[in-house]
Amino acid sequence: MGLRTGAFHENYAEEMATFKSRRQLGTVAVLLLFLFVCPLFLSDRMLTILTTVGIAVISVHGLNILTGYCGQISIGHSGFMAVGGYTSAVLCAKLGWPFLAALPCAALAAGVAGLLFGLPSLKIKGFYLIMATIAAQFIIIWIIIQLRSITGGTDGLLVPKPTLGPIALSTKTNYYYLVMVFAVLATITAHNIVRTRAGRAFIAIRDNDLAAEVMGISLWSYKLLAFFIGCIYAGVAGSLLIHYVRFASIEQFPFMDSVWYLGMLIVGGMGSTAGAIFGVVALKLLDELVTVAGPIMAAAVAPQAAASLAIMSHGLVIIIFLIFEPRGLHHRWEMIKAYFRLWPFSHEVSE
Amino acid sequence: MTFFLQLIVTGLAQGMVYALIAIGFVIILKCSDVFNIAQGHFVLIGGYLGWTFLVPFGLPIWGALLAAIAVAIVMGLLIERLMLRPLVGQPVLAVVMMTIALSTVLGGLATLLWGAEYKAYHGLLPTITMKVGAISIPSESLIGLIVSVICVAILMFIFRYTKIGLAMRATAEDLQVVQSVGIKATTVYAVSWVIACVVGVIGGILLGGVSGANMDLSNIGLKAFAVVLLGGVNSIGGAIVAGIILGMLENVAAGYLDPLLPGGGLAQVFPFFVMIIVLVFRPHGLFGLAHIERI
Repeated sequence: MGLRTGAFHENYAEEMATFKSRRQLGTVAVLLLFLFVCPLFLSDRMLTILTTVGIAVISVHGLNILTGYCGQISIGHSGFMAVGGYTSAVLCAKLGWPFLAALPCAALAAGVAGLLFGLPSLKIKGFYLIMATIAAQFIIIWIIIQLRSITGGTDGLLVPKPTLGPIALSTKTNYYYLVMVFAVLATITAHNIVRTRAGRAFIAIRDNDLAAEVMGISLWSYKLLAFFIGCIYAGVAGSLLIHYVRFASIEQFPFMDSVWYLGMLIVGGMGSTAGAIFGVVALKLLDELVTVAGPIMAAAVAPQAAASLAIMSHGLVIIIFLIFEPRGLHHRWEMIKAYFRLWPFSHEVSE
Repeated sequence: MTFFLQLIVTGLAQGMVYALIAIGFVIILKCSDVFNIAQGHFVLIGGYLGWTFLVPFGLPIWGALLAAIAVAIVMGLLIERLMLRPLVGQPVLAVVMMTIALSTVLGGLATLLWGAEYKAYHGLLPTITMKVGAISIPSESLIGLIVSVICVAILMFIFRYTKIGLAMRATAEDLQVVQSVGIKATTVYAVSWVIACVVGVIGGILLGGVSGANMDLSNIGLKAFAVVLLGGVNSIGGAIVAGIILGMLENVAAGYLDPLLPGGGLAQVFPFFVMIIVLVFRPHGLFGLAHIERI
């Protein structure tokens, strides 16, 4: 037993490799195998949780590229998911398109919406951009309500059962596999996008956009590209969510979800693919904890304690993380690994 | 014409309330560069505090007001010390997420303490109603106007003639310079949070006295941001002017356009359209200072 004492790269290719060691490759393989076999022994409820986790992971990967890597803060991600979700719902329900044909259109529609609302990012940043994206969220939802004849407005829209050729995706297990395939694909693409030329440009813009521009990075194209890519992920996630519930309604895309997607990034750790997954899993686990602890609290303290706990649980966790671990779970995990690498010796040779 | 004037007057009423909320926001921003998303939730807490002190405690109006202000001061000090001070020097996102998290915690506390119920206390606050011709001026508008004017007068006095006011203005200008001449920046931050809490709570009591305390009171905070952005984030006067402009625009637009739109609800989303337009064409607002950046 014993962890590697460090990463010893001998050439550039080794340093850029996705899997730095056989052990890492093995861990990922075991994890994937687990995801593949777990419908065999998990209950329906657990599968539902895992499916929503998968959908959230896809969405948060997009937000991670936009906010964690490119530094363009967006509190409108749920709105962009709504664009994708409704595009897909309308194409399938009104025009009778197959699910797989509607999905790319949903992604594209969300991406275009992202481009549109990303335009202010060329002039503003920080808090002003946050405000612009909050405005985007509310405007998108309002437009969906306005287009009553197409989207059903506040009544919502029934979506037919998604099928994949001959396979009906109506059972929980089938849909779980579909979502997991997309979640894994999203993870792989998200991990690789940030290693490309565009990804490096994003990081430069995040660290100092003026310096990046001076170095010859076109802020105009790369900021908009980040919005486009980030919102494509949101569109896919929104489409998957709508087809999972088989009903499109604006309640599925509330403003607070946009906030919690950012919260997931903070809890997990910004600017790392693993961090996005950590964050989603952590906050979804917290949700489950609250549903268990809520009735107990209600019985012990007051009847409204359950509702109160549900409202503020995410907020409390995010406050704790911001104060004590602003770099998120992923960073803490790396610290723990670093500690045990040389355990029982107390000093580590610097990386 | 009467319809138009009525819309303008209703808009004025809402605008004054927006302005009052926006002032609290601007104070914190001016001193500590923190964008306080939770300002609307101070209003929510204020509404419920007003009910608590007026109805179950049975205090007279001035007693309830003083008690609520005392609670607001403690709240402001606690929030600044426990939540915002550890974040000094952190990026914008961390600070904004902290205030969003704070807003949910305040919302959760309100649910826990008051059960998220509608608590009415009409008639306990003095009401003024005026009628000019066919147009009735709601007391919300007049009280909002009076309180905003008083608040602004007091704040202007503090900013111009007291030592702490000078320190606050200096901190807004340059933190490092302020610290090097021996002004405690932490005191300045604490005072600014206390002022914002007090302003928010007063606004909450006024609104609660008119429409009753309920969880929707916090929604006004989100709209106040449009006011702040339109007026310029660091201008108190701008917040008032923009509040009035936005309140009127919102009502006129909704009054004339809502019948034409199938879904309606333009008043709710109108501030956000204003926000986007302001951000794209004039990011520093009407009266704010343009920010110049260097590498």
